[in-house]
Amino acid sequence: MSARNFLLALLCGTTFGTGLALSSMTNPERVLGFLDVTGDWDPTLAFVMVGALLVTTPTFQWMARRRRTLDGDEVSLPSSKGIDASLLVGAILFGIGWGLVGLCPGPALAALAIAPREVVLFTAALVVGALLHDKVFAPLREISDAQE
Amino acid sequence: MNWADYVTPLLGGLLIGLAAAGTILLLGKIAGISGILAGAFSRDKEDRWRWGFLLGLPLGAYVVARTLGVEPVVITDSPLLLVGAGLLVGFGTRLGNGCTSGHGVCGLARGSRRSLTATATFMAVAALTVWLVGTLS
Repeated sequence: MSARNFLLALLCGTTFGTGLALSSMTNPERVLGFLDVTGDWDPTLAFVMVGALLVTTPTFQWMARRRRTLDGDEVSLPSSKGIDASLLVGAILFGIGWGLVGLCPGPALAALAIAPREVVLFTAALVVGALLHDKVFAPLREISDAQE
Repeated sequence: MNWADYVTPLLGGLLIGLAAAGTILLLGKIAGISGILAGAFSRDKEDRWRWGFLLGLPLGAYVVARTLGVEPVVITDSPLLLVGAGLLVGFGTRLGNGCTSGHGVCGLARGSRRSLTATATFMAVAALTVWLVGTLS
């Protein structure tokens, strides 16, 4: 089961990476061009999003009712927790980082295959940042929440 | 822009969407890269699929680079910016529980208000950041 899942995930990840490279999302210049709304605006990312949503929207709408994989396994979708400070602050921090370099997690990992030297530093820092949250910040916050 | 400039990104987007659809339909997971990456550090055998997905990302990009060709990666060479931005993206996506794939591609498709808020926020902040950097330099 695990091996099968690994291979299916490999297939999905490869498809994802192919899409990222094809659409030039692996090129930070393109992404920053999209974010440069007041300057020379590059709409490429908008088309990528539209293309992706064309497929995912009907899929997830169907999944919301079905709640099972094609194999029949139960699927747990993220609960609809309210909009909290973590979501907002997280999005703000992410937005700043994304706006500074023009890379987010997926394209960074994909771009490792194209420009490893430049991207590896960003990716390493990304991993450190993620671990800082999961292994340091989150546990500390839980402790402080428990004390209230 | 001619029609070819529209088609390739649209096609790329369709593939991304297909990948995300495959991930939820076949694996029952949200194709949110920040989440997949974070969960990959677990020792649980149940999380091994994550490495498959993560490996696929550069693999897919490599295949495109070797066949159709890709645009060169034009990126800053400032180590300070790379490290600083990397830390912010890594931490922020975990704190906000998602990134462009998780909240953008999947969350919006689900009609999640949380994802709509997150996506609108990081898009606006990123655009503001680009503007600020452009103004200050």
